[in-house]
Amino acid sequence: MSVSVRLPTILRTHAGGLSEISAEGGTVGEVVDDVVRQFPGTSSHLKAPGGGLHRFVNVYLDDEDVRYLGGLETPVGAGAKLSIVPAVAGGWG
Amino acid sequence: MVLHLRRQQWLEMVGHSYRCLPEEACGLLSGLPGGPVERFWPCPNADRSARTYAIDGRELLRVERRLEDEGEGEEIVGVVHSHTHTDAYPSPTDVERAALLGDWHFLIVSLRHPEPEARCYRITDGAVDEVAIVLSGA
Repeated sequence: MSVSVRLPTILRTHAGGLSEISAEGGTVGEVVDDVVRQFPGTSSHLKAPGGGLHRFVNVYLDDEDVRYLGGLETPVGAGAKLSIVPAVAGGWG
Repeated sequence: MVLHLRRQQWLEMVGHSYRCLPEEACGLLSGLPGGPVERFWPCPNADRSARTYAIDGRELLRVERRLEDEGEGEEIVGVVHSHTHTDAYPSPTDVERAALLGDWHFLIVSLRHPEPEARCYRITDGAVDEVAIVLSGA
């Protein structure tokens, strides 16, 4: 199943400058894996060393945070829009 | 390296930082890449914390989409947050979490002293470099 994936600015240099790409997969995890397959330079930004998502990356499925859906196992339907967004966070603590 | 900022934007950032007390404040900066800051976008602190801040990804997407719809080439070029009781210097948390933000500017407003202080940095591979803020205009 093909879904559109919006990439954050930092990943666009690894994806030919594209802000949005098409990727295949039946779950969020499979779609993310396909993004990495197509653009291997995105791997270190998207994937945690031990597998799973990089902890400073958030993924939204049609503007819903997948952490509150089914995580990487969340099914994606045809025409879904996935957005990969860097976590903008910090503080003195 | 310098960051050009209008006095009005500086006042907006400092005002937003005070309004959010006792919590840390945060927001985004946009402008043409390499150019002066055009706009400050105050954002809610999703952490609702005096020690940390987080900008909800949907806020980031909202600002990005708005800039793309305007079609003027403006992009998010930085993030602003306040330190309520410490100096305007990136904390280890700030440095660690900057890894995926590319060449953004990190502007920190410190409310530690009676006079607010804003300083700007670039954080590359864990190295922190200060960027001078040049204020202009009204």
